[in-house]
Amino acid sequence: MAKRMEDFTVKANRRLNNDLFVLELTGNNYLPALKPGQFLQVKVEGSPSTFLRRPVSIHDVDYDQNTIHLLIQIAGKGTEALSGIKEGEKLNIIYPLGNSFSLPAENARTLLVGGGCGVAPLLFLGKYLKSKGYKPEILLGFRNSDRIIEYDEYSSIGPVYLTTEDGSKGEKGFVTDHPVLMERRFDHICCCGPEPMMKAVAGYCSRNEIHCEVSLEHLMACGFGVCLCCVVNTVKGNLCTCTDGPVFNTKELKW
Amino acid sequence: MVNLGVSIGNLKFKNPVITASGTFGNGSEFDDFIDVSRLGGIILKGTTMEPREGNPYPRMAETPSGMLNAVGLQNKGIDFFEKNIYPVVSQYDTNVIVNINGSFIEDYIALAARINNLEKIHAIELNISCPNVKMGGMAFGTNPVSAREVIKAVRAVYSKTLIVKLSPNVTDIVDFARISEEEGADSISLINTLLGMAVNLKSMKPSLSTITGGLSGPAVKPVALRMVWQAAKAVKIPVIGIGGIMSADDAIEFILAGASAIQVGTASFIDPQVSIRILEGIGLYLSGRGFTDIKEITGLLSR
Repeated sequence: MAKRMEDFTVKANRRLNNDLFVLELTGNNYLPALKPGQFLQVKVEGSPSTFLRRPVSIHDVDYDQNTIHLLIQIAGKGTEALSGIKEGEKLNIIYPLGNSFSLPAENARTLLVGGGCGVAPLLFLGKYLKSKGYKPEILLGFRNSDRIIEYDEYSSIGPVYLTTEDGSKGEKGFVTDHPVLMERRFDHICCCGPEPMMKAVAGYCSRNEIHCEVSLEHLMACGFGVCLCCVVNTVKGNLCTCTDGPVFNTKELKW
Repeated sequence: MVNLGVSIGNLKFKNPVITASGTFGNGSEFDDFIDVSRLGGIILKGTTMEPREGNPYPRMAETPSGMLNAVGLQNKGIDFFEKNIYPVVSQYDTNVIVNINGSFIEDYIALAARINNLEKIHAIELNISCPNVKMGGMAFGTNPVSAREVIKAVRAVYSKTLIVKLSPNVTDIVDFARISEEEGADSISLINTLLGMAVNLKSMKPSLSTITGGLSGPAVKPVALRMVWQAAKAVKIPVIGIGGIMSADDAIEFILAGASAIQVGTASFIDPQVSIRILEGIGLYLSGRGFTDIKEITGLLSR
């Protein structure tokens, strides 16, 4: 798919909690067909110390409204500057970048597993799978009940299983502690979240011989396969997270 | 109409805008964004005899007005290059230059001899300045004796245009500029990255797996400009200016300081169309001031 560099207009900037916000962006051109797992590179204005673009995964797409939604966590000066952007302002975007989650086999029992801000690509993935006739289920983990975001959105896709580290909502513990993983047999798991969580989920999948894909977040300069900074060590050698990923089958990763 | 054409050795460039090695892949990554053939030339990712995996992640750190990298010459080797990359880059109507690297002089010689046979590769950029490899690279380019040795050896086997890429991590850049000229280089390009480092306060560890890496971006531009000016005064061969060029204005500073051509590097990561914008901007600057040929302003500072 041809990559583009375009200015988008901010249609809305919604704060979800202290450090998470959603940007709704619309472009002058019709959106191309986007795939879940793909990301874009956002140019940050108004932050002199931010030199490089920021990679952000596609959280949701609304073709009727011609909008892309981004779920962003404030992690430093760049994302902090983005959090202050106002409706009507412009953002320069390079997109669509990266590969995508693969489609599960027909009738595969599919589970989407996300933690914290790592839920970002899973909303788009869940809606996409549902539109293709799949019945994905969703397992989400958060630090505590205050951190839970967009529960209703995920519930509209399929059953949602919830964990919080302090037990303030759902099951207590990490996603891998949720009983659904003991009681049910899944065939296809897609996961995004903090690396320790993804490794734990990959371990569970490996022990139970379940197909597992994770979306990695690595530091990158370009986002289109040139700088070779975002590599991940795999059975095929060092691969670029930006062009060979960000979605990898966990069998291929040496992490 | 302004004449933007420049010559480096026997090689004619339609304009002075060249993309720097390691920041432009093999060109095709930019096909969606620009017409690569409009550029004066492209310099391909650093290539070695054998495939190299490069350094472990993390290899990059953002720094004020720049970035550090420690990629470590990851590439698939010359066999892969000949088979897979050469046929693709041969299609471009621009000068295609290969940046060559090695751990030993023999590697450089073998690589230069191989590339000498590739008709559609118009020049070599001899990289004796990579700061991110344990053997070779910058070790050649920061020692006058070994620099002379490797340039001489490559010159002996390579008959086309030879550009030597210099390291800024030296006491006096002029020494290395002169050595390059004396050993028959057609041109020098400078600067490669400046050795630097950054520390991650969260992990309390170095930001790069290799601890140190190469600094690039606008942060290095004043240093690069000073070295280009010094080198251009010291040698008669054309100098190619590199270092933090983000705009046509930056490029023109280098040209006024003595650069016959310039390379756009890190800027392409942030704006994949910037090389073409710089090319257009140079033309506008010259025509706006009534110049008809870029050579009228080359090295104007020291005339």
